[in-house]
Amino acid sequence: MANSTTAKTKAPAQPASMMPVIAPAVGWLIPGAGHLIQRRWVRGALLLISIGSLFILGLLMQGHIYKANGGDILDILGFIGDLGAGGMYIGTLALNGGQGAIAFAIADYGTKFMIVAGLLNFIAIADAYHIAIGKKQ
Amino acid sequence: MTVQLSHFSAAFVFALFASIVFGITHRETALDMVRYGLYCFVMFLGGVLAAGWAMWLVRR
Repeated sequence: MANSTTAKTKAPAQPASMMPVIAPAVGWLIPGAGHLIQRRWVRGALLLISIGSLFILGLLMQGHIYKANGGDILDILGFIGDLGAGGMYIGTLALNGGQGAIAFAIADYGTKFMIVAGLLNFIAIADAYHIAIGKKQ
Repeated sequence: MTVQLSHFSAAFVFALFASIVFGITHRETALDMVRYGLYCFVMFLGGVLAAGWAMWLVRR
């Protein structure tokens, strides 16, 4: 005896999306772009302005940018923070910027601004990923 | 071109931009984002002012 209530009903297949991969990658290269490509215009613009301004201000304050090396642990942590800024970090290295000597307090603030900009971008990347997988609106 | 910020203006700029990012990434709705961003901003600057006065008291 067939029971219609026990019939298996398949959920409609979700179309495969590359957004959970693309959004974080684009967001890493350009802060806020992970939100912008998902049509979160205001959030993306605010993230771009905030993170971009912090990084550029850090550069203008003669901050130091860390490079990949296996030396001091604090240098490695600084490098990880800077790396979060993605395209801005790569561009700064390519232009040979961020060569500040941290000889005075404001330059040290600039260094921290750039590290924090990278760390904030890591948070923005995670947020873009959560939007892409539907965990957040 | 270089920028010379005072200690307080550097803290203000840092608090402003970090609060915007925290507000956007840590809350779901627009109103909650604004509220949380304002809360973070006040906490950042309040912490700076409190620490400054604490150091002033210790110094005396």
